[in-house]
Amino acid sequence: MNEFHKLKDRIAIVGVGNTPYGNFPDTDDYGLGARAFRNAVEDCGIEKDKVDGLLVCRVPHYARMGEIIGLNPRWTIQMPPHGRMSGMAIIEAAAALDAGLCDYAALIYANIGRSRRVNYGGEESPGVWDPWGFTSPGAAHAMMFQRHRALYGTTTRQLAEVSVAFRHHACLNPAAVMKQPITIDDHEAARPITEPLRLLDYCLINDGAVCIIMTTKERARDLKKKPVMISGIGAREAFTTGSIGNFDLNFWHDEMQDVAAQAYGMAGVGPSDVDALMCYDNFSPTVLFSLEGLGFCKQGEAGSFVEGGTLKLGGKLPTNTDGGHLSNSYMQGWALNVEAVRQIRGECEDRQVPNAQVVQYCGATPCSRSIIYTPG
Amino acid sequence: MQTAIAKPRPKIDNVNRGFWDNARAQKLSVQKCGACEDVHFPGSPVCPRCLSEKQSWVEVSGRGKLLSWVRFHRAYWDSFRADLPYLVCLVGLEEGPLLVSNLVGVEPDDIVIGAGVEAVFEKVDDELTLPKFRISG
Ligand SMILES: [Zn+2]
Repeated sequence: MNEFHKLKDRIAIVGVGNTPYGNFPDTDDYGLGARAFRNAVEDCGIEKDKVDGLLVCRVPHYARMGEIIGLNPRWTIQMPPHGRMSGMAIIEAAAALDAGLCDYAALIYANIGRSRRVNYGGEESPGVWDPWGFTSPGAAHAMMFQRHRALYGTTTRQLAEVSVAFRHHACLNPAAVMKQPITIDDHEAARPITEPLRLLDYCLINDGAVCIIMTTKERARDLKKKPVMISGIGAREAFTTGSIGNFDLNFWHDEMQDVAAQAYGMAGVGPSDVDALMCYDNFSPTVLFSLEGLGFCKQGEAGSFVEGGTLKLGGKLPTNTDGGHLSNSYMQGWALNVEAVRQIRGECEDRQVPNAQVVQYCGATPCSRSIIYTPG
Repeated sequence: MQTAIAKPRPKIDNVNRGFWDNARAQKLSVQKCGACEDVHFPGSPVCPRCLSEKQSWVEVSGRGKLLSWVRFHRAYWDSFRADLPYLVCLVGLEEGPLLVSNLVGVEPDDIVIGAGVEAVFEKVDDELTLPKFRISG
């Protein structure tokens, strides 16, 4: 047993909250973050001033956030505004809670990319390859998918299954931004952005905020709702091959296999036990890479694995039941972790996976992470 | 005729200067460690393998394999708008390092991943030459 396995079922998510998702030019990161925090406090019934740990992500300044919500914590961390941070943040908070660095941690994520017209490429994010016109995370994913096509015969119609399934879920989620059903043909006909990817392979850009409140198993008993336990975690970076941002020549397969071994080993479950998957989906191809890396199918077989609605509710592996980044909201993994909690609580109404007992979050990125949630 | 808008240029610093000097002389180069002979790109202030600061830019064959490619239909810079749709390739050099560049002289329908490629040099102005790639025979 690895030393970190002793964290199994020690730390719980006790409160979750979010704002509506959309375009909110009249407020800012702090206003959205405060609203999500208030909703999470209400969700778990904690006395607000008991929160003594604060983690902020994509919020400009931790101290200003603390000032606004009236907290003087004894543990504070600020994480950069990168998509891969949600899993990292939850794991860091779990370790801090277990070590007694704080008793109740509030994790606040806010994004105002929509009202600030963020582009995720070009002058906003200068890089080594700009002189050749190569920019944007989407182009890196297009580069990977093109290679996956060539190596394994994966088709864009198979890729479309991802976007179609998640849009179907968004249509069942009253909070989701995108509400129009789409078909595989719609995906094929969408405007190309960076070929082979098209518009419907790209995540949304919208405003919103998410808050997660975590504590230890013992303290969780005193709060309003049944806790959701962190039963497994896994982590592996890919920095030494990082000269091309958001890209890996082997689709982060080795890293995700390592992440899977850690997370499943700790939780004592395997892919066949997973009732629902919450898969980081900044671009649709990464879902295929994640399925292969975690071992839901062999490398190269994700295209056929997803065919026929595998990822839809009622399918073999309901995935991103809130609609994900592609169709619910671009909350950079945070909303997916909230959805995992709500699935286990049975709060998802029309999009509820019956009797969801094992829900897994994963993100295949240069900092790959997975978290396995179970009922407390 | 419209005035061309300037495209993004490399930010030359002490680490990468050798690469761009060589490119101007129509040479493709990668950084090589004087201590352990590791070759890598982009340049680094120390060797990522052994941490030595003895790094220099050495010419490579310019030959490699096409590992992947994409075609941009969106201009993230206004200066690339006139080029749309344009091709970007990922090349694995014979010597090991990966490079992102542009693929020239080929139509998308004729591109095969795994094909051999070789460097060509496109002079932008007196200061800047960009190494690009074409499919080799
Ligand atoms: Zn060395």
